[in-house]
Parts: sequence; C-alpha cells; structure tokens
Amino acid sequence: MSQAKPVFPYIPNSVPQVKAEMLKEVGAGDIMDLYEEIPEHLRFPGRLNLPDPILDEYSLKRHLMGLLAKNQNCVDNLNFLGAGCAEHFVPAVCDEINGRGEFLTAYVGESYADHGKWQALFEYCSLMGELLDMDVLSCPLYDGAQAAATSVRMASRITDRYEVLIPRTLSPELRLVLQNYCQPDHSLVEIGFDRQSGHLNVDELNSKISSQTAAVLLENPSYLGFLEDEAEDIGKIAQQHGAEFIVYTDPICLGVIAAPSHYGARIACGDFQSLGMHMQAGGGQCGFIATVDDMKYVREFKDLMFGITDTVGEGEYGFGEVLFDRTSYGSREKGKEYTGTTTGLWAVTAAVYLSLMGPRGMEETGRTIMQMSQYAAQRLSQIGGIQLAFQSSFFKEFVLNFDKTNKSVAQINKSLLEYNIFGGKDLSNDFPELGQSSLYCVTETKTKRDIDTLVSALKEVIEHG
Amino acid sequence: MGRDPSTLLRKYHQAKWDEPIIFEMSVPGERGILVRRAEHEVQDEVGDGVSAIPASLRRTNPSRLPEINQVRVLRHFLHLSQETMGTDVTIDISQGTCTMKYSPKVQEHIATRHPGMAEIHPLQPDSSLQGLLEVIYKLDHFLREISGLDRFTFQPGGGAQGVYTGASIIRAYHAARGDTKRSEVITTMFSHPCDSAAPATAGFKIITLMPDNMGYPEVNALKAALSDRTAAIFVTNPEDTGIYNPKIDQYVQAAHDVGALCYYDQANANGMLGIARAKEAGFDLCHFNLHKTFSVPHQCMGGSVGAVGCRKELAGFLPVPRVEFDGQQYYFEHEASESIGKVRSFFGNPQSLLKSYAWIMQLGADGLREAAECSVLNNNYLEKKLKEIPGVSVRYSADKRKLEQNRYSWEKLYQDTGVGTEDVMRRMADYGLQHYWMSHHPWVVPEPFTLEPCESYSRDDLDEYVAVLRQISKEAYENPELVRSAPHNQVVHKVPEPSIDQPERIAVTWRQYLKKKAKAQDVLPG
Repeated sequence: MSQAKPVFPYIPNSVPQVKAEMLKEVGAGDIMDLYEEIPEHLRFPGRLNLPDPILDEYSLKRHLMGLLAKNQNCVDNLNFLGAGCAEHFVPAVCDEINGRGEFLTAYVGESYADHGKWQALFEYCSLMGELLDMDVLSCPLYDGAQAAATSVRMASRITDRYEVLIPRTLSPELRLVLQNYCQPDHSLVEIGFDRQSGHLNVDELNSKISSQTAAVLLENPSYLGFLEDEAEDIGKIAQQHGAEFIVYTDPICLGVIAAPSHYGARIACGDFQSLGMHMQAGGGQCGFIATVDDMKYVREFKDLMFGITDTVGEGEYGFGEVLFDRTSYGSREKGKEYTGTTTGLWAVTAAVYLSLMGPRGMEETGRTIMQMSQYAAQRLSQIGGIQLAFQSSFFKEFVLNFDKTNKSVAQINKSLLEYNIFGGKDLSNDFPELGQSSLYCVTETKTKRDIDTLVSALKEVIEHG
Repeated sequence: MGRDPSTLLRKYHQAKWDEPIIFEMSVPGERGILVRRAEHEVQDEVGDGVSAIPASLRRTNPSRLPEINQVRVLRHFLHLSQETMGTDVTIDISQGTCTMKYSPKVQEHIATRHPGMAEIHPLQPDSSLQGLLEVIYKLDHFLREISGLDRFTFQPGGGAQGVYTGASIIRAYHAARGDTKRSEVITTMFSHPCDSAAPATAGFKIITLMPDNMGYPEVNALKAALSDRTAAIFVTNPEDTGIYNPKIDQYVQAAHDVGALCYYDQANANGMLGIARAKEAGFDLCHFNLHKTFSVPHQCMGGSVGAVGCRKELAGFLPVPRVEFDGQQYYFEHEASESIGKVRSFFGNPQSLLKSYAWIMQLGADGLREAAECSVLNNNYLEKKLKEIPGVSVRYSADKRKLEQNRYSWEKLYQDTGVGTEDVMRRMADYGLQHYWMSHHPWVVPEPFTLEPCESYSRDDLDEYVAVLRQISKEAYENPELVRSAPHNQVVHKVPEPSIDQPERIAVTWRQYLKKKAKAQDVLPG
C-alpha cells in the first residue's frame, strides 16, 4: 500500500488534482508561494512533532472510547459531589434540541437567517425573567463565577464605590475568580458567619459596611447549603448604606424558594448548570445576571442583549441588538468590561428545560430536592460520630462533620470509592475552621435506596474501615 | 431540482414557521414533563420538605412560566432550529475571522453522549478522571508543539476570556518584579476588540495603533508609543484583513527592548498550522480559540475554550489547577504561589478539549498543515474570483497574498448604486448563505465584509458563494431597491432602523415587552 498523504474527508480540496488546478488558477507554482509574506526566518523549519494520526473514523472512535473508559462516571457510581456543579435530571428533549446541527454550529449570524437562534435566546432571558421575577437579562456569561464578578463590577459602576462585602462562606471557586477579577481597583472584605447556623454575621456586617461599600454579595442558598433566613434584613442594611444588594442563587431552587427580587435584590446572579446541563466535568457551567428594569442597571450589562421589535412585515416579531455600544464589540476598551463567546447553547438548553418544567415542574423538583436532602441529612447524622455542622434549614447541600469519627474526610472518601460512591466535597482545606467536614449534595436524582446505600457504606467505613 | 448550472444559483427559501413566542402557547394545566417525587417512606419521614424553608424565604407566588405539553415544546424548538442557519447546513464562508469549519460528528457524539465525558463531576478524585486528565495533558503538549511555547491553560471559557487571562498574567508578572509603572497596553485597530477591552478590564490604559497603507502600523509608530510604562503589546497577525505583517519580529523586539511582554492573539491560527509559530516570532504568550482553529462547534456563541500558552518564565502565573503527570498517574496540582488564581470555575469546558484532541489526532502533523494550506489556497482563490465582481475591492495590500481571510469593500458598489454592505448582507441569505460578517467596530474599511473560506469548503462551494455575490452585485446595479429591501425569502422581513435602544422600547424579555406595550397603548389618544 502506498503511504502517500491521504485525502482528508474534512478537507475537500486536499484532492491533489484539485489543489494543483486551484494553485494554477491563482497563479502560484507552489503552495508556499502563497506564504510569500512570511519571511523565511519566521517560518517553522520542521515538521510538527505530533503522534501519528488515526485516520479512519472507527479506529478514532475506539481510541476515544478507550480514553473515556478510564474515567469513573456518575452513572456507574453513586455521586454526592456538588459544590457548584450538580447532578440533576436532564430531560431528553434538552439533549435533542442542543444536539441539533443548526443550533450546535450557529454563531454570530444576523437575526434573519438566524432568527430562530435569536428567538431562543430571547426566550431564555424571558423564561429566566419569570423564574427570577425580574425584567432584564443579557445573553449568558461564562459561568456563575463570572456572573458574580460582573455583578460586582456593575454595582461598582452604579455606586461609584470599590469595596465589596462577601460572606466568609462564599464558594472558593467564586472567591478565586472574584479575587482576580476585582484587581486592581476593587477590594473584597469578608464577613464571618455564625457557627451554629452558618448564617452571615449581621453584627459584623453592620460594623464593616460603610459609605465605601459598593455592594453586599450574598449567596442564597449558600455554598454550604444553608438558607440565609435574614436575607431581607441584610438587603435592607445594604440599601440603607447606598450599596447594592447582589444575591447569587441556584435557579433550580426557585420553584419553592423566594426569588432574590422578592427579598430586595436588584441584581441577581448565579449559575444555571442545574437547568438542563450535564455535568461534563464542569463544562456545563453557565452564568446569568438579572436586574430590575431601570436604565441605571440596564446600561451596565456587559454582554449582548437581544430585544424584540417589529419588522416591516405586518404582525412579525423581529430581533435586534440593544444598546450595542455598551459592549466591547461596539466600543472596544470603552465598552463595559469585555464580552465574547460565552455559553449560548446552554442558554438555549435552559430555555427548553424551563419550557418543559413550567411552574409545577419547578415547584415539584424543588420539593423533591428538599425532601431527599432532608432525608439524607437526617439518616446520615444518625450515624455515630457524624454530625450536621449547622443547625439551619438548607437546600440540596449540607455539611457533615466527621471530627468525632477520628477519621479524616480524605480517608473516608477514599474508602467510599470501594463502594462505588463519590463522597461529598472535602472542606478541610477551604474551611479549616469546620474541622473534618464534607459538603454533601443530594438532588432529585437520588432515590431512597441510593441514600440508604450511602448510609450503610458510611457506617461500615466509620465502624470498621 | 438543483442549482441552475449556468448561474450556480439555487432557488431557496428559509423555513418559516410563523412561530409564536413560547409564552403565547401556554395552556393552563398542560405539563411538559413529570419529575421524580420522593418515595412515600421518605415523605412519611420528612413531610412535604418545603415546610422546612423559613417562611420569609418560601416562594408564595408560583413562577409564571408557560405550561406546554412536551410535543409542542419539542416542535417549537425544532422550528426555531430550522429557522437558524448553522454551519452544518450552509457554505459558511460568511463569518470571516470566526473559522466556521466543520466539526466532525464522531467527536461530537462521543463528547456529548459518552457517560465518561457527560456524566463526570469536576471534583471527583484524580484517580477516577485519568482518561480526562490524559486528554488535557496531551492536548497541552500538542499545542506546545504547534505554538512553540512551553505551557497551556484551558480554563478560559472563550477567546476573550483567554485574552483577559493573558492580561492578568502580565499584570502579575510585572507586579512580581516590583515594576509598578507598567500601566499601558498597546494594540492595533485590526486586532480583535477584546485585545483592547480585556486588558482594559484588567486595569490597563489602552493605546491603539492605526494601520498604514499596507494595512498594519509602522514599526516606528509602535516605537513611539512604547515606553517604560508599557506592560505589553497585544496583537493579531495576520489581522482581520488576512494580511501577514512581515515585520512582526521587529515589533516584538521593540517591545522587549523596553521591558514589555508580547501577547499574540491567535484566536484564528488556521492558516498558520505547521507553517509559522508564536515562538519563532518571539512572543511570550498566545491563545488559540478551540472553536475556531481546532474544530469545536460554535454553539450559538459558546461554550468553548480560549487556550492560553506562555513561555516557561511565565508558567508560574497560569491559573490553577494544572494537570501534571508523575510517570504513572495524571493529577491536578492546585498549589501554585504565583498563580493568578482562577478565571472560570473548575477547569473550563473539558468536553471541548476532547473534541480538539480528537481533531488533531485525526489529522496529525501532515493533516494540520494540509488544513492550513487549503484554507490559504481557498482564500486566494476566492479573492481572485471576487475581484472580478463589479463593485468589490480590497482596501489594503491589494496586490499582496493574504493568508486565511480577507476584508473586502463594497465602497464602489455603494458609490455607484447606493446599495451598501448591510444591504448585500441581508440579501445573501435569500440565496441560502449565512449573512456575511462585515467588520468589527469602528469600520476602518468603508462598506466592509470579511470572508474566511476555511479548509472545509470545496472549490464548488467557493464557486457557488462567488456566484451569489456576483448575482447580488448585478441586482444592485439593475434593481437596487430589491437589495435594499431584503431579505425576501427569510423567516421575517427587514427590521427598520432601530428604535430598539429607546428606553421606552427596550424589551429583552417577554414580560418587559408586555409591560411596555401596555404602557404604550395607555398613552395612545382615545
């Protein structure tokens, strides 16, 4: 067999005859004539040192599947990890729609040939608006952490202040992103928490808030799962000091838990991975920001906004860019922060998810999560040596403390792997004040049997392991 | 059926479903899906669950989401998909600078359907993610070879976030040296807007250099702007115009001479694979958009990856965690004292990494070079044919070879007929082509349009594309109103000049639209 260079299926003009004819057509004797603008000394002299290619599709498929088989997945294992990325039910219709080639491969086309994309993204904003009871959203952001970071910057521009108060219990992922994104002008000030409930320490908030405070950022439900009972009061304190009250929330809870706007937030943000996205090792993350309908807020969004409007056709809806000059596409460095390719396909997917769910689906999902997570917390905390770290109500996630087991979370999680269980997120690095504690996540995907399996495995690990 | 062989034009009409907004099809009581309920034993033990929510935080008013049966939801979104012209269904030479290449289905199917990718949690133990870690580790090494740089991060969720990551690294680098004066970043007008906006977000003052008559700034203009205040230069090469700046190493040298770093925006490196690299030109950092050069689909604008690479002197500043290999096992390294921390949760979009890994594995060194060569050949072929169309011109370096893309101008067409580039852009979709992309703002080239015929398109595709633009040029000269009033065969008609920015008209959600419509009707006389 000849080892001549193949004709590549994805490169139609790699057919030698075609390539030669096209070269002739453009008046080039050799392909390198087309690169005449690149001086010799700037050219790469050799041949890239890459593995030999796997040319045929079947062999490539086998190769990729072999690699992925080295991963343990959450179908064959029982997963209790959350901490910002959670295993939720994904309706089949979500996958059907986001797998459609038209959506999968669309990009920045105008609102005529891509009318469907514009409408789907408008519907994403509209459906999220109903869930959040807020009027204004932009196209999605990279993830919840970026949404929090941009919310902070929006608040800063609105108030012309640069100090932001954040809870000590904030997600470490958010904290790391915020720390970088707030440079060089913004400062983050931590507010401690009540050791019994986990709740933000309101006295400390009162002592630290000032006329320098741009915003109070509250997570509700918090990273550690508990609900901030005093959210409304915290919002009032912020507003009394002329600061913005930003609430970071998990939209999957909003069928049963009040939307941030119901307790005083004028900026809400978060990650909507929970609304129809597979975990994909974090590849399903996607961020939203919502605000009240006030130009003071609207003009501070940094990402594209698609508005509904009329066309010259009778009774037709058309779409267009709203306040395009706000963005860096319109005004380069004079735009609000920067924008770019973010997570459009996940916004389309969330639109499908919320359309399927409707008000009752969201309410029932929220209720199931409340029930299953409470059941798990009750059963687990009955195991000798395990305690709930906080005595407060929670949604989806809760902290278990293992100090009295004389075992570290790392040891316990390692042992749980032998039962095909991924134990909760080890908090001992990020929250040393909580001792050997672990954040457990129980969504609507967990059955009584799943939880009972975890309970008996943990018992064995602690008593005998 | 089929194209007219003499014109290469096809009779086309976009799918038009007259599809309502989702809220308009709500029927009280309908359900799109049923969700799992807690078992009776669980309910017996914990009750209704929601009573545990403090009264102040309970949702008392149900959301006003629509209530729609599943078949109708499916049909609605399928209709919307059919009203969207993705790259899979057209000759997408139109979205220049975006490299609308074919995303092979085999890699898409595995990345989205295999539970070893779709159903894995980012915080699983390293031992349970060995396949993914291996992909990340190897892709890093592939890109090191392709760029000549020493280390990559895949955390940024897109190209602009990649540029922001680069700006953060540069800020940290100068701070670590105690060099506090470095407050300025220099870029060029034909570099992507994020090359000015992202460093500005990171706190830098931006200086933008304008092109000379060759299409890129003179070295002396750069030298005049450089000083001990310069933190870095952020440039693209070739720029949006497709013109390669042959003096790029002189730019880099001049910047290095004043102690500045050099960031190479290689979002689109499609004409360069195996031909020229960041290293040989002397750059300190670069980024590749995996959704452009490396075949990840564009997904209605994401998610994707801006893969940022740097020289080893800067590697300590890259985000955490990083993937390492001890000879036996792959693992995440979370500790790095100089790191900028994080720009995105977890480690970006790993499913995209699998797709790019698969694409490179299919092509190998020769295939990557073939992709680059064919993209450049296609672009030169397209330019030759387009220049023959009345009204088309190339503003800069018209007699020079371009690489993978080209910025054209309809200035003459506009002068002759009053038909401008926006009119042509709307009209072309009437022939089954995606609207072309015109230019970033501000337009420097009058009546611009930017095309990129990457390696995925055959000679026949190029000929059809040219035929459509030739036809529209003819229409503009013979019946300009036909073009100005386009589109005619689309889902909807032309949106008139926007009143969309007026506060009383802004409607980015359905509820906002209904409120403003009601308000407008209230103020109508009578």
